[in-house]
Amino acid sequence: MYGGGNTFESIKATGLENEDPIKLAEFEARIERGEKIEPHDWMPQLYRKQLIRMIEQHAHSEIIGALPEGTWITRAPGFKRKLALMAKVQDEVGHAQLLYGAAETLGKPREQMLDDLVSGKSKYSNIFNYPAFTWADSCFISWLVDAGAIVNQLANARGSYGPYCRALERICAEESFHLKYGHHCVIHLATGTEKQREMMQAAINRWWAPMMHFFGPADKASVHSEILMRWKVKMSSNDEQRNQFLDMYVPKIWELGFTIPDPKLGKNEATGKWEYTEPDWEEFKRVINGDGPCNAERLAVRRTAEERGRWVRQALLAPKTQYVAPLA
Amino acid sequence: MNEITIKELLYKIADDQLILGHRNSEWTGFGPLLEEDIAFSSMAQDKVGQSQAMYQLLHELGEAEPDTVAFMRNEDQFHNCQLTELPNGEYDFSLIRHFLFDFAYAIRFEMLANSSYEPLAKLSKKIQGELRYHTMHANTWIKQLGSATEESISRLQNSLNEAMPYSLGIFEPSPYEAELKSEGIFEGEEVLKEKWLAKITDVINQTQLQMPDISTLTPKYGGRKGKHTEHLQPLLDEMAEVFRIDPTADW
Ligand SMILES: [Fe+2]
Ligand SMILES: [Fe+2]
Ligand SMILES: [Fe+2]
Repeated sequence: MYGGGNTFESIKATGLENEDPIKLAEFEARIERGEKIEPHDWMPQLYRKQLIRMIEQHAHSEIIGALPEGTWITRAPGFKRKLALMAKVQDEVGHAQLLYGAAETLGKPREQMLDDLVSGKSKYSNIFNYPAFTWADSCFISWLVDAGAIVNQLANARGSYGPYCRALERICAEESFHLKYGHHCVIHLATGTEKQREMMQAAINRWWAPMMHFFGPADKASVHSEILMRWKVKMSSNDEQRNQFLDMYVPKIWELGFTIPDPKLGKNEATGKWEYTEPDWEEFKRVINGDGPCNAERLAVRRTAEERGRWVRQALLAPKTQYVAPLA
Repeated sequence: MNEITIKELLYKIADDQLILGHRNSEWTGFGPLLEEDIAFSSMAQDKVGQSQAMYQLLHELGEAEPDTVAFMRNEDQFHNCQLTELPNGEYDFSLIRHFLFDFAYAIRFEMLANSSYEPLAKLSKKIQGELRYHTMHANTWIKQLGSATEESISRLQNSLNEAMPYSLGIFEPSPYEAELKSEGIFEGEEVLKEKWLAKITDVINQTQLQMPDISTLTPKYGGRKGKHTEHLQPLLDEMAEVFRIDPTADW
């Protein structure tokens, strides 16, 4: 997990007229040549702001995404699954840690980002505002939501900001294990008892709409920001990513004998593009603006964790010994 | 060698590791800082993995498969000490429990690394290395939070007082103490307890915490005989919720 579906707001004022034109031209030339921008390099304010927003959203998605799957750690059937799911969700929290670190290089402290998360000021991936009712839901997330995230993260890893790219490289390596784990879980349900197959089919039915939403609004409706593309902040369009995901995973889902709840879904061999029923973008907007089935719950959990942990963080400010982490 | 003796020993170790590993994993997503989410998850993975290896030894002695043993028994068949099953509470309680338990287990495995029962000695040597990180982690945090702010010190002290009678339950004597000792399998709970007391007292004395007077405490025994608090059965129900949908299915 869990990048994807970054929400970019329309840029009303670029503020570029206030930037030093020579430095700006140099900056754009570097990006054009494929160089990475590093924390101490000159960058326009707008670039800094958009990157913080994007990396921060990604980090939030990792920790919020740990919640729906996390509830299945204590219920995972058998040692193998229990151990694998623990390690997977732990990785996701580690991704958040890495990403907050990358965002901090742009000048926003982690504590402030976490405050903005619980206050609702900054966003996270919309898909985690839906509940994981059954074990099969957690399998759907591990396989397909992670798959979607990989599509998004591989694209972003080619972006222009050095620390974010390096974090993404590490993250993508781990994500591919998650996807393998998730795929195995789904295969076991697909080839298992009738009850298991039904569980998985029901999960696909529940998660398909949020999955289509995952990559964000259709290109024709979404805020085009030519400048973000030129600066290699946004690396491919929502529809391109959605199409790539469908192309890679729909055949695999069908192969396992499951159906997908969209009668219009199919590949147009002439164009090479997938066609589907237009996702309900009104629902997407509603959910991302706070009115989904789990928004309140997710933020409440996060807020409680922050509040209950405050005394620990305060105590750490008292100068004493060095922090030691166990390895695993 | 009497198999009943060795099984009794293996079961209580395996059950302790599984139940506390499960509790540790409940911190995922809820830790006071991301680093602690990750640390508790590491320890959970180690413990659950160690319990699986212990159940595997039991399986080789004729007990059921590890999955069946872990996911299909009810509370009265579990031999973990009650300390492990208590809810996580606030971070101070989880930390104190981790400290008290992992020091006891680091010493237990150190002792068992010399056991005359070869498979157990071999496994204990391996586990010893993993536990070193757990005790280092506990040590650092107890020293830090046990000397930091008024709130952190009083929280840790309260949790220490609360956990202490339960942690004495780790050392509930086995009906086979004499035999375990004479056969060179394990030196016994009493020896373990004395070593443990020395260790934890040493750490506590480096903080502003007070070691409770354990001579005045009644140890919480019963866990080793299948008597548990009201917290264990719900934990087991949750753990087995999916597995028991169809125990013969391949998940
Ligand atoms: Fe991730
Ligand atoms: Fe992942
Ligand atoms: Fe790990």
